[in-house]
Amino acid sequence: MDNSIWMVAAFYLLSAVIIVSALLVVFLKNIVHSVLWLAVCFIALAGLFLTLDADFLAAVQVLVYAGAVCIMVVFGIMLIQRGDMGKTNLFNSQTGVAAGVVALVLVVSGYLSAATHWVGTAAPVPHKTVEHIATLLLSKYVIPFEVAALLLLVALVGAIILAKEVKAKC
Amino acid sequence: MGENLFTGIAAWLSALLNAAGVPLIANDIILMVVKFVAILVFILVNVLWLVYMERKVSAYIQCRIGPNRVGPKGLLQTVADIGKLLSKEIIIPRLSDKIVFLLAPVLIFVPPLMIMVVVPWGRDMAAVNMNIGVFYFLALASLSTLIFWMGGWSSYNKYSLVGAMRVVAQMVSYELPLVLALLGVIMLTGTLNMNTIIEAQRHTWFIFAQPLAFLIYFIAGVSETNRTPFDLVEGESEIIAGPYTEYSGMGYAMFMLAEYANVMLVSIMCTVMFLGGWLAPFGWTFIPSWFWFFIKVYVMIFIFMWIRWTYPRIRVDQLMGFGWKVLVPLSLANIFVTGVGMYIYRAIGW
Repeated sequence: MDNSIWMVAAFYLLSAVIIVSALLVVFLKNIVHSVLWLAVCFIALAGLFLTLDADFLAAVQVLVYAGAVCIMVVFGIMLIQRGDMGKTNLFNSQTGVAAGVVALVLVVSGYLSAATHWVGTAAPVPHKTVEHIATLLLSKYVIPFEVAALLLLVALVGAIILAKEVKAKC
Repeated sequence: MGENLFTGIAAWLSALLNAAGVPLIANDIILMVVKFVAILVFILVNVLWLVYMERKVSAYIQCRIGPNRVGPKGLLQTVADIGKLLSKEIIIPRLSDKIVFLLAPVLIFVPPLMIMVVVPWGRDMAAVNMNIGVFYFLALASLSTLIFWMGGWSSYNKYSLVGAMRVVAQMVSYELPLVLALLGVIMLTGTLNMNTIIEAQRHTWFIFAQPLAFLIYFIAGVSETNRTPFDLVEGESEIIAGPYTEYSGMGYAMFMLAEYANVMLVSIMCTVMFLGGWLAPFGWTFIPSWFWFFIKVYVMIFIFMWIRWTYPRIRVDQLMGFGWKVLVPLSLANIFVTGVGMYIYRAIGW
């Protein structure tokens, strides 16, 4: 990432969009608007990847999160459509507990990021990132990769079993 | 003959700016903006023409004459239609989600236009030569689903909602075989760059190396653009106009025009991935490369229209069954056969 003024401006702009849209996801009362802001948040995150020259990751971010995860939420919303969408994003009054948990998370993650010794490489980002990611996935990280695939298979089988069960009862 | 027409204009403009003492970065930016605007205008003119072409093709197939009153041969019919739609009142339903309702027709054109930027229109004619071009296409195309759904959901109309639900279900189901079909070509070339993929087809177009993938891509492409026989999304006899039911005036027109932009996009990708892009067949290089690209795209578009006016609409359960039980297993089998075939070729030492 070159440190030109434009890159810095892009970074702060994208960060602002991400933070604002993430806050709106949490605070809006209508769950549909929350989903749309979630998509905005994901796309801005993809922009952040682009400023780091990670074009493949940015495309994955858009395809998987904005294109697929949001759609899954949308499916859920359409199955529970009700007349008044204004109160679909539920709130409760457990403010004290929530504030404690959030403060704990902030402290722990702040401590961890301060204690970590960040190693940056001086080497430039390779021109083609896809090949390197593929090679790493199928050599060094092949076991996590396969475990993730297995997890998805289990979820798939679970979904099929759930669908069958409903059919048998009807 | 005109091979370097457009690249020449770009080089001339760049040299002109250079001579005028414009700094290099501003020069690049100006050139980029000119290219983007050129692509935008090209797409919009083509979309207008496609609406007219569709009406003429459908008329020909149904033994009618089609539009022939406005302008020579009825060529200005679409312009007149758009003028009419622009002047119409935009009705916003009282209970609709107004901002989302108005945002959807504005946003619907964004993904197709953003993808057009990376398309290689001819030799060295991609506005942005992106390393992950094909993947960029898939990622942005997946965003269209959400925008269609925005329109359908915010209308506060049961037909719109059913249409939106069908859009989401159909586009998600058929995106899978579409991606898996393209994977066969990517395995053969080992790259996601559109220019490299086209160069790899210098001897054999991939429609001959990957006929099954082409067929799957084509069927999934018809479905992704929501056209007959997969136009359940806007099946007039069942759900009026699906997600667009409540839209009037230009809002409706934007959805219609976006459909044609998407048809063009699917045809362009078909040309790049399977029909050799801007490469000239039989060594007929006397026709410029960008013109070959244009011809191939229009042949694909004509086939799309031909199919639309030939086949009846299928049922929802048939749609889902066909997508998940036929196309997905076939595309997985295609990937497997391609992989095995590549190893056999390598073992023989071709």
